[in-house]
Amino acid sequence: MADPMKIRANLVGDSTEVKVLMSHEMDTGLVKDKSGKIIPAWWIQTVKVTHNDKVVLTAQWGTAVSKNPFMSFKFKGGAKGDKVTITWVDNHNDSRTDTAVIA
Amino acid sequence: MDMNRRQVLKTSGGATFLALLAAAGWIPSAYADAPGWSKAEFDTHTMDATLAALGAGKPVTSSDVAFFSTPDIAENGAVVPIGVTSKLPNAESIAILVEKNPFTLAALFDLPAGTEPTISTRVKMRETSNVYALVKAGGKYFMTSKEIKVTLGGCGG
Repeated sequence: MADPMKIRANLVGDSTEVKVLMSHEMDTGLVKDKSGKIIPAWWIQTVKVTHNDKVVLTAQWGTAVSKNPFMSFKFKGGAKGDKVTITWVDNHNDSRTDTAVIA
Repeated sequence: MDMNRRQVLKTSGGATFLALLAAAGWIPSAYADAPGWSKAEFDTHTMDATLAALGAGKPVTSSDVAFFSTPDIAENGAVVPIGVTSKLPNAESIAILVEKNPFTLAALFDLPAGTEPTISTRVKMRETSNVYALVKAGGKYFMTSKEIKVTLGGCGG
């Protein structure tokens, strides 16, 4: 199981700004290790963000997203104390879900 | 297991059977893409191929799509901050494309109603390249581009 995401969700005016830092190697499958063997591609493919069970963002990622991915975006309609839940799934079908409370 | 799988593939032939196997969980999950991930769109290597796979045709160049917090020169190609924002009404999705990367499409964000068309993330860049922000709004595609110079490539080379 991967390390938890770091999620911040802050109310700015009438929008909620979400910032998330995920812990993932994001291997492209193009890099060789020291012994010359290709490190297989291993990366987060989909990300879903929900606010009180309503989807506010879905993303699909290629291998070009940097290691330990960062993402930020804003949505309208959040209130302090509401929950923002983020789930990612990688190409090993491993996944991780974390929740933050809007501050 | 591996031998069997190959034999099965040889004798039964065809992607449908492979898909069935994957669905049944007989193939190691390491080979299964995440549900909802579009291989057809990401497994493209040129701007034209990626735009075609996205169904974007020939996007209109628009000054209503803009980069923010995006450098002109990236010292480290492994971590290039990219911010994309759009003033177009009814934005449905934002895509980030790096022309000279091994795979052109870096990320695709779908924006439900109520989500603002402003996204930032970080991507890898193999070399100096044009980076494109593609926004789908009201069923049409709009694009803007920016050259980012990379002094150290992001693919371990």
